[in-house]
Amino acid sequence: MKLTHLVSTALLAATAMTAGVLSANAADISDGKIKIGILNDQSGVYADFGGKWSVEAAKMAVEDFGGKVQGAPIEIVDADHQNKADIASNIARKWYDTEQVDAIMELTTSSVALAVQGISEEKKKIDIVTGAATTDLTGKACSPYGFHWAYDTHSQAVGTGGALVKQGGDSWYFITVDYAFGHSLEEQTTKFIEDKGGKVLGDVLYPLGATDYSSFLLQAQSSGAKVIGLANAGLDTSNSIKQAAEFGIVQGGQRLAALLFTLAEVHGLGLKAAQGVVLTEAYYWDRDDKSREFGERFLKRTGRMPNMIQAGTYSAVMQYLKAVDKAGTDATEPVAKLLHEMPVNDVFTQNGKVQADGSMVHDMYLFQVKKPEESKRDWDYYTYLATIPGDEAYLSASESGCSLK
Amino acid sequence: MAETTLQEARATGSARLEWALVAIGIAALIAAPFFFYPVFLMKMLCFALFACAFNLLLGYTGLLSFGHATFFGGAAYFCAHAVKVWGWPPEAGILLGTAGAAVLGLVMGFFAIRRQGIYFAMITLALAQMFYFFCVQAPFTRGEDGIQGVPRGHLFGLLDLSQPHNIYYTVLGIFLIGVFAIWRIVNSPFGMILKSIRENESRAISLGYSVANYKLAAFVMSATLAGLAGATKALVFQFATLTDVTWQMSGEVILMTLLGGIGTMVGPIVGAGLVVTLQNTLATSGFPVTIATGLIFMVCVLVFRRGIVGEIYARLLTSVGTGKKE
Repeated sequence: MKLTHLVSTALLAATAMTAGVLSANAADISDGKIKIGILNDQSGVYADFGGKWSVEAAKMAVEDFGGKVQGAPIEIVDADHQNKADIASNIARKWYDTEQVDAIMELTTSSVALAVQGISEEKKKIDIVTGAATTDLTGKACSPYGFHWAYDTHSQAVGTGGALVKQGGDSWYFITVDYAFGHSLEEQTTKFIEDKGGKVLGDVLYPLGATDYSSFLLQAQSSGAKVIGLANAGLDTSNSIKQAAEFGIVQGGQRLAALLFTLAEVHGLGLKAAQGVVLTEAYYWDRDDKSREFGERFLKRTGRMPNMIQAGTYSAVMQYLKAVDKAGTDATEPVAKLLHEMPVNDVFTQNGKVQADGSMVHDMYLFQVKKPEESKRDWDYYTYLATIPGDEAYLSASESGCSLK
Repeated sequence: MAETTLQEARATGSARLEWALVAIGIAALIAAPFFFYPVFLMKMLCFALFACAFNLLLGYTGLLSFGHATFFGGAAYFCAHAVKVWGWPPEAGILLGTAGAAVLGLVMGFFAIRRQGIYFAMITLALAQMFYFFCVQAPFTRGEDGIQGVPRGHLFGLLDLSQPHNIYYTVLGIFLIGVFAIWRIVNSPFGMILKSIRENESRAISLGYSVANYKLAAFVMSATLAGLAGATKALVFQFATLTDVTWQMSGEVILMTLLGGIGTMVGPIVGAGLVVTLQNTLATSGFPVTIATGLIFMVCVLVFRRGIVGEIYARLLTSVGTGKKE
């Protein structure tokens, strides 16, 4: 009897010890190194949006951090998910299970981000999304270890929609891509336009991947709206802006508002076609001394200025390393806790804070693309219009629909 | 006389060899998850079954469909929706996905088989694009986000599919059933008629076969098996996304089949394995994946047109000497 008692106590102790392995090893770094995976599209339509440049940004963050955290070397690995969720999911699982990757970041396109966030939660690993837009990441699909860092559809809608009304753009006409993403972008933006006293005169829906926008643009032009909102993304936005330039929409006095458009796409289109477009970004290199310093270094290294996805990836890697350093471990729970607590102050943003739902709340900026003659140097593309305070730009944790408190 | 016995002996000999190879292959697949990453293997199996189903149509009936993504991706959506939203068990989800693909195949086949060659391919492509845009817009597919977080559940309420080995052997079972079904179809009188249609359609008609019905039947069977692969893939990855219904996916399965060898049983499996492996290994290499697969495709078309397995078969036959110049 006594013996069985002893045995069961020993067993209990053993179980307790196994359970406590995480905290027992807390003082050091697992596998003697920190490994961060950058997973995004490097050969497809989003190759400029984030792509290889995000990998470079992550490497810069590691170098700026000193290459080591708590004496352990830091390694960046990257992969091209080719915009396929199954490839991304395969790589993410393999990284976590067999290659000791501690966190996965970037994750361009929402199907990929949602899939990898699901896997990360299952495996209790940290993921920081900078490349995908969907608010579901911090809403229905939120994870205690998942973070959304650079922007989301809400911040874009508030930025371009709400802030532009204040600038006098109070009547709108939408050219909207006809599926869930376009509809929700238009719906959210409409809400902010109407909140600020503007009105929407009408909209036209077009099928995804259309190449001829002339009839939609003519409808928008003849509506007499002050602002033409482009509720679309990627190649569609570029094509519609290019054709709008051919119709002289901006020269005709109307404003063109792109809801998801960054410096990389402006560069791709050129100022001649993109001039006058109003857009929202979280980062622009020519904002303050810190952002300029980072932008210049990035330019020197890669030959281009970073957009908010690339600068956001730098920030995400940096903040993760700071959290690991402060926690003294790379164990997920304590690091995730610190990431939720620590304010974000770096080249990307000032006084960013992370909510319980994983959303990093930070200021967004409304910009207008310069005319070719206004641009004084390479990459001098934006005129600053307004700042959208973080609390307005992002949904609060209670509104987000996330069950984590 | 002596020649026939020799041929028969060779035939039984090569049949024995084939069975031995099949047995080795199955044994290797059973042992594989202990050496390779299970999710990767399951993905290969799903695509291999998809390519085999496609090959049933292209290789054995001579119909080039450019819309097979509809069945693959459509079944994935049906299965994911049934399991996630309606809470169906996994086996019912897979059955629904497969049945859904069969219905889609019936509709697409009904229109497409009325034309031949390039027109046939164009009709399947057009219908597949219609289905793609339906998936882009339909609320249940959730557009770009896809149906995410599909629970794997318990097979027949017993086997916990969240365990890697359980799901692997389930997928392997489905794959073997699918490939066996294709093998049976090909080696049946029905399959003979399909081949005769491929070789000489007018002659098959003149012999009294109603060719249209046979083509439609082959189309539906191919669609059904492609759907089986797609529905299984949805459970493996626990999501269904737009990728699987795009025309690029229809192109990918053609690539797999061509690379491996059209009209051979093993070819599509090898081709699928090769393409999936390339996609995964090149993903981390920094070399643009699309360029690499494109180059390999060009080499294949220029140097060995029969595909990898087709070429090996042909070499073996000539070296044995049975492959007389025809």
